[in-house]
Amino acid sequence: MPAPVDTPRGSLKVYLGYAAGVGKTFQMLADGHAAAQRGVDVVVAYFEPHTRPDTIGQAQGLEIVQHRKIEYRGKLFQEMDTEAVLRRKPQIALVDELAHTNVPGSERTKRWEDVQVVLDAGIEVWTTMNVQHIESLNDQIWQITGIQVRETVPDGIVRQAAEIVAVDVTPDALLNRLKRGAVYKPEMVEKALSGFFKGSNLGALRELTLRQAAHEVDLRQSAYDETRAFQVPRISEARPSGTNR
Amino acid sequence: MRVSELPRPSPERLLKQVQAEENKRWGAKLKIFLGYAPGVGKSYRMLDEARRRHERGEDVIVGAVQGQQSEEVQALLQKLEMTPPLETPEGQAIDIDAILRRAPQVCIIDPLAAHNPPGSRNPYRWQDVQELLRNGISVLTSVNLLHVEEYKEKVQAITGKDTTETIPKSFLLAADDIVIVDVPPDLCLSRQGEKLTSTGISNSQERKLSELRELALLLTAEVVDAQLETYVHAHGIEPVFGTHERFLVCMTPRSNALAMIESGKRNKERFQGDLHAVYVCEPGRSKRERATIRRYFDAAKKAGAATEVLESDDPISAIVDFARENRITQIFIGHSAHNSWRDRLFGDPVLRLIRAAEGIDVRVFPY
Repeated sequence: MPAPVDTPRGSLKVYLGYAAGVGKTFQMLADGHAAAQRGVDVVVAYFEPHTRPDTIGQAQGLEIVQHRKIEYRGKLFQEMDTEAVLRRKPQIALVDELAHTNVPGSERTKRWEDVQVVLDAGIEVWTTMNVQHIESLNDQIWQITGIQVRETVPDGIVRQAAEIVAVDVTPDALLNRLKRGAVYKPEMVEKALSGFFKGSNLGALRELTLRQAAHEVDLRQSAYDETRAFQVPRISEARPSGTNR
Repeated sequence: MRVSELPRPSPERLLKQVQAEENKRWGAKLKIFLGYAPGVGKSYRMLDEARRRHERGEDVIVGAVQGQQSEEVQALLQKLEMTPPLETPEGQAIDIDAILRRAPQVCIIDPLAAHNPPGSRNPYRWQDVQELLRNGISVLTSVNLLHVEEYKEKVQAITGKDTTETIPKSFLLAADDIVIVDVPPDLCLSRQGEKLTSTGISNSQERKLSELRELALLLTAEVVDAQLETYVHAHGIEPVFGTHERFLVCMTPRSNALAMIESGKRNKERFQGDLHAVYVCEPGRSKRERATIRRYFDAAKKAGAATEVLESDDPISAIVDFARENRITQIFIGHSAHNSWRDRLFGDPVLRLIRAAEGIDVRVFPY
């Protein structure tokens, strides 16, 4: 369903975190509830519960667009049903995990590509991602953690976002959540604690996230200054000569 | 070996060590919720954590609350035990004795920045918090960027708001945990709604909030960096990574040090990083060369660099050791276009540096 050419593009909001379990999805859903209460038409376009009970509970009460089920090598996978979201045409669509790679057989390879289609249709999108998924930081992340992140999002996509929200939590609290089994299934916790979640990784990633968020805020400010600088001469030109400043 | 002085821990790290040692016996922890403006939801976030801890069986009480409360905050407060403040004709103060008698595991102090009324045993509330910590009580507390002494002027320049109630930044740096409560400016403004209806939401307000937000994010990053440093030192990990850019300019009398310093300064500002400049002392420098080096030192200091003289028979090792110790991410070094007989004999020093400084970027400035 192609949108009319003159539909203004939807704006993008990114919830940025430094690891799984910091609460990006939870925060996005909470804000979604608040918007719905104000009468905004919000739907959950894709939601990956990861079997985290807190997060599943938070999604309750919000309309969820049925996921598309795709069979691949005898297994059933769920993906965002982009066409269904376009047909539903909400004001705001919540899309979990921007960096996700779609299963083969999907229309588009990456979820961020699906998000572009939704934005083009004039729907506002709120989405979640971790700092290690920003393409240009990939190398630095590898240096810090020794882990190569495969699923990345081009910087240009992140830069499109009208708003970046840093979802912050202390590493201690994150490790507690992990140990309580709120992030991963119990059998995966041990592996996570010795890998990505070990020692100084979390602190370093957290610092990187905060700096990245500050940088993104700064970029948006500069853009704002430029539009203002553009307007200022016009105003001064309009001022009749001889007027006191 | 250094000529100047042995490396000394920063005052923040010393303070943190002292506080950590004092509190360690009791396991008391200080957690600070930092916001960039009123209305970001610090109190809610903090009290929600208090509620969760309470539900998980921790003994939590509330020692101080904000004057104005939203409905959500009031709902949370109803689920928690409160120790009423001391009322004096000049104002309220935390009832420290009552809290110490009650001896909970965790006490909520909202907000952190406050003067105590005259005659109280501590002039400032943050000192009350230290007293609770020393007595083994963990504290959750909240503070706005405006109320951090070192940021007061910056915030005032942006918003025009002033305050006399501040806490020292060192107190933040010494906290066990800091959390930034981040929301987009528009949401923050809509939450301040009642107070702002007359002025409305303007672009310039949103812009002001963005500036504050950037400052708060960078301050939090700084605190996290300080914690990371402490962690890395405590665990004896050799730091090879850098999330925070730190530039090192290596000055020699013949190199084009001024260009390197200038570039270092620009990079430092661009990445909100740190700038260091070192000179490896070598015997047999002429008077003129020494004068040049002094000029370079002045320029480096003017550019905001931390300067140091290193002494070693092996300049390359001295530079690499310094870089590792200070978690440098980029080294700027000059390189002569003409190979000297020494280089041909002993190998090009810049190539040696690049090999030895693995994991650190090396930028070569030809001269």
